Amino acid sequence: MKEAQLSRKKDLMGQTFAEKILSKYSGRTVLPGEIVEVKPDIAMSHDNTAAISGIFEQLGVDTLDDPDRHVVVLDHCTPPANEIFAMNHKITREFVKKHGIKHFFDIEAGICHQVIIEGGLCLPGTIMVGADSHSTTYGAFGAFGTGIGRSETAVIMATGKIWFRVPETIKIIIEGEFPEGTGSKDLILKIAGEIKADGALYKAVEFAGPTIENMSVSSRIVLPNMAVELGAKIGYMVPNKATLDYLEGRAQKEFEVVESDADATFDKIVEFDISELEPQIACPHTVDNVNPITEVVGTKIDEVFFGSCTNARLEDFEIVAEVLDGKKVHRDVRMLVFPASRDIFLEAMRLGYVQSIAEAGAIIMNSGCGPCMGNHEGVPAAGEVVLATNNRNFRGRLGNRESEVYLSCPLVAAYSALNGVISDPRNN
Amino acid sequence: MSIKGRVWKYGDDINTDVIFPGKYTYTISDPDEMAQYAMEDLDPDFAKNVHENDIIVGGKNFGCGSGREQAVVCIKMSGIGVIIAKSFSRLYFRNCVNNGLYVIVSAEAVDAIENGEEIEVDMDNGTIICGAGTISFPPLPPEVRGIFEDGGLIPHTKKILGTG
Repeated sequence: MKEAQLSRKKDLMGQTFAEKILSKYSGRTVLPGEIVEVKPDIAMSHDNTAAISGIFEQLGVDTLDDPDRHVVVLDHCTPPANEIFAMNHKITREFVKKHGIKHFFDIEAGICHQVIIEGGLCLPGTIMVGADSHSTTYGAFGAFGTGIGRSETAVIMATGKIWFRVPETIKIIIEGEFPEGTGSKDLILKIAGEIKADGALYKAVEFAGPTIENMSVSSRIVLPNMAVELGAKIGYMVPNKATLDYLEGRAQKEFEVVESDADATFDKIVEFDISELEPQIACPHTVDNVNPITEVVGTKIDEVFFGSCTNARLEDFEIVAEVLDGKKVHRDVRMLVFPASRDIFLEAMRLGYVQSIAEAGAIIMNSGCGPCMGNHEGVPAAGEVVLATNNRNFRGRLGNRESEVYLSCPLVAAYSALNGVISDPRNN
Repeated sequence: MSIKGRVWKYGDDINTDVIFPGKYTYTISDPDEMAQYAMEDLDPDFAKNVHENDIIVGGKNFGCGSGREQAVVCIKMSGIGVIIAKSFSRLYFRNCVNNGLYVIVSAEAVDAIENGEEIEVDMDNGTIICGAGTISFPPLPPEVRGIFEDGGLIPHTKKILGTG
């Protein structure tokens, strides 16, 4: 009787997105703190598929539970930097072939999260997991997207299932228009600086408000992508018109948007008015060590890393090309450019952005993660300073613990590349 | 089950890039070898001097950043018997349980324990005995405890699948 009353009470209560989707997938009405078992729609793995395949083979199962639910993208060290990475890729290709994984993207495609989005595999109202912490990215499309471990991915291959604790939800409401010289990267850095690296630990973060509704698809992706830097399990936003238009003709299957109820209970509601937002910089060696750019203007830089799943989409290329067009990258700076995907590279080439950026002296690299985790393609020397558009600046992140990494938006990166020092776009 | 060992105490927000640098994530696959690089970018003395059953004590948000499982495997293979922290990043917590490395969430214990002291952790009774006294901690949630007790997610899954 007591349980029946409780479940009826639960049924009457408004639910957050996270509560609603985990209720739907687990087949019962759930509250934050409960543990559920669900079957994700998509499980993504990248170069770590080779290691995951080894764990899968330990499980004593011959075939995958559902090969069509798996997406494999080679992006973390492409093309392979040495024979170990090469063997890793070879094992991955053989595993994909053996088990009939049709959603396979080889080294030419680009960064996993971007490739999944472009492939119409990231859909509203679905559960998407990835053996990569930035799988929170998928929330930009209204999916429940979160990172999982290698062992968990192997177990999903065998059983299709994974457990989750139902998270409480923090709602972050953004109002106001972006002042000139700022964009979504400055916004998420500002949020990280305010609520800190554990500000949303174990929680779902729902980004809402007029600013979010009016943003482009590419700009929106930046926020859930970096929600993990706040400790969040997922970052979520209701798909706006631009997002639904993007999915038109691209979505690989039908979907249903899932939204928080109007009377849902949020753990906390935080509001930001961005009318006075300044360009933001995350200083060494943590993502939440954030300062307005005015505090660090003039800091000498040796390398600019323009790339990553956070900031290397077409609109980022447009911004950077506009700044660099007809100018020259400072002679003491190496500027490395990694389009987030081949599709973005081709379109940026067609529109002349690649031409402008290359003529300015930047080095156009292949689509992929580049130096983002210190594997190759731009590891800094001891004592060097890197200004990067990626999402992490932890000590040693780019491959050298004796280097320093500052994080910024692409606009700041472009002006700084020209000047050789961290530069405020509002003064250029 | 109880563990007695020396404490390696660290601060808040210890990230997985300093626990196990990204540059090794694809080039080192042998778990024993991973242990040699544990904490390389945080505490270069750790891997050289850590002993079996030593204990790591961290602040809040231990293991944040990348969800690389090697950041747990390298710690486990280095001999660490348990990690006590004020809080864990969710991926690090999952990876610990999935690899059979015991984790304790207790701000009280973290504040009480001194770096370098020898402490005893009794998982069965949920107590930590340290210089400051005896501190109780809550057990793992039952759903999660089953995975840990089976030795991690892989043996646990094999048991369920009947392939063990």
